[in-house]
Amino acid sequence: MARGCHDFTRTELVRRAAAQAGCGLPAIEAGMPLPAGTGLTRRSFVAHSIGFAMAVYGATRIPLPLFEEGVASAAGGGKVLVSVFLDGGADALSILAPVGDPQYRVLRPRLALPDSGLAFAEDGRLRWHPSLASLATLHGEGKVTVMPSVGYTHPDQSHFTSRHFWEVGATSTQLQTGWLGRVIDRIGSDDNPLQGLSLDYNLQPSLATAKRPVASLDSPQGYDFWTPKVWGSVEDQLLKSVAQLGAAHAKSTDPALRQAGRATGQSMRLHEQLQPFASEKATSPITYPKSDDAFPARLRSLAMMLATGLPIRCVALRAPGTYDTHSEQPKELADALKLTSDSLLAFQRDLEARGLADRVLVHVWTEFGRRAKENGSKGTDHGAAGVGFLLGTQTTGTMVGEYPGLSGGLDEDGNLKPTADFRAVYAALSEQWLGVDADAIIPSAKSFTQPQLVR
Amino acid sequence: MAAPVYRGPFGRAQAERLLWRAGFGPRPGEADRLARKGLDAAVESLINPGRENLQGKPPRVRGHRLAPADAWGHDHLWWLDRMVRTSRPLVERMTLTWHDWFATSNDGVDSQRLMLRQNGLFRRNSLGSFRQLLLEVTHDPAMLLWLNGVENEKGAPNENYAREMMELFTLGADRGYTESDVREQARALTGWARDWRYGRPYFHYDRKRHDTGSKRVFGKTGSYDWTDACLLALNNSDHASYFVTKLWSYFIPTKPNGATQRALERIYIRGHKIKPVVQAILRHPDLYTGPRMVKPPVVHTAGLLRALGRGIDGDQWVWIATLSGQRLFHPPNVAGWDETRWLDTSTYRGRWYASTYASEPKAIEPSYKAKHSTDPDRIVEQAHAFWGKPSLTPTTHELLRAFARKAITGAGGERVANAILTENAVRQLIAVSPDLQTC
Repeated sequence: MARGCHDFTRTELVRRAAAQAGCGLPAIEAGMPLPAGTGLTRRSFVAHSIGFAMAVYGATRIPLPLFEEGVASAAGGGKVLVSVFLDGGADALSILAPVGDPQYRVLRPRLALPDSGLAFAEDGRLRWHPSLASLATLHGEGKVTVMPSVGYTHPDQSHFTSRHFWEVGATSTQLQTGWLGRVIDRIGSDDNPLQGLSLDYNLQPSLATAKRPVASLDSPQGYDFWTPKVWGSVEDQLLKSVAQLGAAHAKSTDPALRQAGRATGQSMRLHEQLQPFASEKATSPITYPKSDDAFPARLRSLAMMLATGLPIRCVALRAPGTYDTHSEQPKELADALKLTSDSLLAFQRDLEARGLADRVLVHVWTEFGRRAKENGSKGTDHGAAGVGFLLGTQTTGTMVGEYPGLSGGLDEDGNLKPTADFRAVYAALSEQWLGVDADAIIPSAKSFTQPQLVR
Repeated sequence: MAAPVYRGPFGRAQAERLLWRAGFGPRPGEADRLARKGLDAAVESLINPGRENLQGKPPRVRGHRLAPADAWGHDHLWWLDRMVRTSRPLVERMTLTWHDWFATSNDGVDSQRLMLRQNGLFRRNSLGSFRQLLLEVTHDPAMLLWLNGVENEKGAPNENYAREMMELFTLGADRGYTESDVREQARALTGWARDWRYGRPYFHYDRKRHDTGSKRVFGKTGSYDWTDACLLALNNSDHASYFVTKLWSYFIPTKPNGATQRALERIYIRGHKIKPVVQAILRHPDLYTGPRMVKPPVVHTAGLLRALGRGIDGDQWVWIATLSGQRLFHPPNVAGWDETRWLDTSTYRGRWYASTYASEPKAIEPSYKAKHSTDPDRIVEQAHAFWGKPSLTPTTHELLRAFARKAITGAGGERVANAILTENAVRQLIAVSPDLQTC
């Protein structure tokens, strides 16, 4: 049902925008490729929307004409999913500390958090970690759906295996494409690397596609390609020839040449898409946390790119800090959680200020939780089920699964048992948010009962 | 049955591939010289290269020598310089392999001095005994800090090293061990400690912190210690196959067939020696007849500098390495770099800048008055010679000529200037081409 609605809405918006664009914009340059269905060239579209984006940045908020909204939704394809990875296996029992569980202090004599933390309204036994005030605030506004113990049966305690399962959306070591990559393969186009955007130095594997282009980008500013003592028409011709070189090898029978050809072509295409940002400084109506870590700046850039209508659908990035807290957990965890959640709050406020909040959902995940019993180094070893969140105005804000408790809720290895399955979450996000049939994305999707994640 | 040996023609193309897979690419003329030796002598010269001889100018950054143990980024520059100037490319390449295999990051160790000490361990054992290598790595200070070995104590075990030792270093995920083995091996590995003396850390084995109780590992019981823990993993029946498959994957992108796999395992099991296995891989037909591999970014960069005979004379190579996805001493995690994902839109730009900065000091100054050919084919030929005439696919060669024909426009002095700009541009096109990203 929900799926049908989204499909309808998206198609409608594309059609409407195309129709209106045809009469509302300056002449289209000859020979430019059309972004699917909009009737606009990408370049004139981007240039135009930068103009309107600038206006929105100004002190007064200018109401957008319906026309602009239509274009933004069509080109951006509407809904956006942002995947934030807590790398290393974040400790669920610190993020939502079960201070009301009598076993907590027994298993965590040195690491248990005090009872005085921030209350968690949906379960009186739990307290938010003191560094998660920002997340608690958003939860209070009904904008956070909490999954207190999400995972899968027969847990694998290897970082790499478990992370791989989460990235490919199945407990299979064989799958090569990421679950978001399969979404892009299904709904994306052949000339838009930005549709799957890894905000990192490397591609996040969840975005690995089989055929459609995706992008990896440290920052949208300064995505330039400089060559010593080459300029003018020779330089223009050089960049065109690089793209041709990429296209020629993208068809090679040799897999490595093909991979290099694809990366070459996608880079040149992305370079073209990001031209408007070449020298623009990222600005925002909201103040983000200051940090050496790129995370807040990347979220700020993302909000700006979304505001300018760039056709972004799925985004993946890593949260700051390491969550693999085998030792000295209290300090490492507190710093990482604070920067992560404060940045996410700023991002949410930024989206709200720009009128984009209803289009964006953030999914926060980690490859596993940590052992209930602490280890000997003021840390915790690898566990099983972990904690996850969905953030945004369009999520239900109602807990999915429950806190299983430390008496009956541990498996034979002393790790939390899952009360929600990550594949069910992905299936629900595919259908309820991205408008894609879950069967096309998650193997055996029908065997998982989808929680209601979207309002 | 011994592993099969390549008996096809061993010309420049084959020698070039060998130099890239087993090192950092040819210096000018080196591929031809190696080809003349024939396969057996060529492999022998890499496997037993004699004493190290660093060729060319020692590195200088901002007018000073490097301070690899102290100055930020100089650890990377120091090793890159060695890759560029070494006369023992396979030794350096194997050192890089072990850095990836036992991936330790200075993000967790926070001491360039200890990282360099570990690097020496890898180099010393690069073609020696894997048994010795594993034993030394297990109590190497950087590793003890990275995977919490010094926090693994009697009564308070920390299972980080025990798990990764089996999962990543010896057996492979979900092969030959259970969660219970992880816990028991962690107990066996207790005893290594870091203490402080005169304000400096020192690493030692402290019997009092070792759990002397009996442990049950792989179904056998004993009062095992750290040496036993390593040897139990090495003698596990799932180890040899893991070792061979993983080592092979650094040189050849396709999997070995069953007969080759078994032959390599037999060679290895005879004494856990690395060199004979590497030798068999370097002589294997799959290396010469199989598909290409994407070069690791640091190999691509070192190769460009070797081709130009240029040393390290600046610290730009540090940010370029980060951008291209391989900052030495900072692998992304304990599993090392993901060799299947070297190339994306972000890392591609890093490789672009490696090419830019490698050629930049030698870029030709455009001028209307210069004596310079304006013939497109000649321009392509000169730019190709600039990089030592690396093998190019016909597709790329044709595109280069087409580019030069289009780019050299105008007449008289303007045409000359455009030809120079074009020659600089063709140099870049060659260095960033899919051909040069792969080998």
